[in-house]
Amino acid sequence: MNTLDALDAQSQRTDLPDFRAGDTLKVHARVVEGNRSRVQVFQGVVIARQGSGLRETFKIRKISFGVGVERTYPFNSPAIDKIEVITRGDVRRAKLYYLRELRGKKAKIKELREKQTV
Amino acid sequence: MDRQVKGILGAKLGMTQVWDNNKVVPVTVVQAGPCVVTQVRTDEKDGYAAVQLAYGAIDPRKVNKPESGQFAKAGVSPRRHVVELRTVDASEYELGQEVTVEAFAAGQPIDVTGKTKGKGYAGVMKRHGFHGLRASHGVERKHRSPGSIGACATPGRVFKGVKMAGRMGGKRFTVQNLVIQAVDTERNLILVRGAVPGPKGALILVRTAAKKTAKGGAK
Repeated sequence: MNTLDALDAQSQRTDLPDFRAGDTLKVHARVVEGNRSRVQVFQGVVIARQGSGLRETFKIRKISFGVGVERTYPFNSPAIDKIEVITRGDVRRAKLYYLRELRGKKAKIKELREKQTV
Repeated sequence: MDRQVKGILGAKLGMTQVWDNNKVVPVTVVQAGPCVVTQVRTDEKDGYAAVQLAYGAIDPRKVNKPESGQFAKAGVSPRRHVVELRTVDASEYELGQEVTVEAFAAGQPIDVTGKTKGKGYAGVMKRHGFHGLRASHGVERKHRSPGSIGACATPGRVFKGVKMAGRMGGKRFTVQNLVIQAVDTERNLILVRGAVPGPKGALILVRTAAKKTAKGGAK
């Protein structure tokens, strides 16, 4: 228990779904342009989650018009409207930076098949 | 000196971040007060106007006779730290009155005083920001040294005040013009934008800024 946990809890988001590296997400982020705001959707693969608590961020990568685009979002940002988990990925690493060197079919992530509970 | 100064003593709890308008703001959390007024200095009696604030719990047995007499006169239990603030409106304070974080509001510019972390005996690169000597080109075992500290036979001595290695930190330091991000009156917390001197748990004095007034505020 740290001294500032109670204070941090106020800005901590608890409404977002659980996800990990390899999952494909749709992030709905509120963007303010001038004096009007709209929701921008960014869909891609989570390649890393970094930090803990209030400071946590995650990186999302997608290929846009043949160019790799990565965005880093603070997990607790109030600008994130919602996060949709599209697929769960079957990966063996926490950081998927190797995807940057791969193109096409090799950069595809296998979908996680739910383990059957007996 | 004719300024109206508000002040409060507190302890630094540490740093964290909060969200303001979808932007991350780094803040230092200060557990401030409640302080009590132990003495009011007046022009007639003391030659200057000031208010004396005390803060922090202390075992009454550890307070010596003269000091406990001071606290008894104000009618309060003894406190660990005492500080005096020169302010023109000192007469508006009463003995034994409590000063809480409510004296401050979000957006207000403040000066924060504390004792910096001691760094021990530090070299010139750390202590004064010297660049040291080169990594190569024949420099041997002298990469963090100051280089020359003066000329030769004229003046034949090293000038006073030349920056050299020595004790660093552990000194009183004031950071000016910080801004209050938020005030939590329930838990007696002040959230200050940016860093303040000292380790966690250190005594911190928060005062109205000497050089800056709130935006749009008249001086």
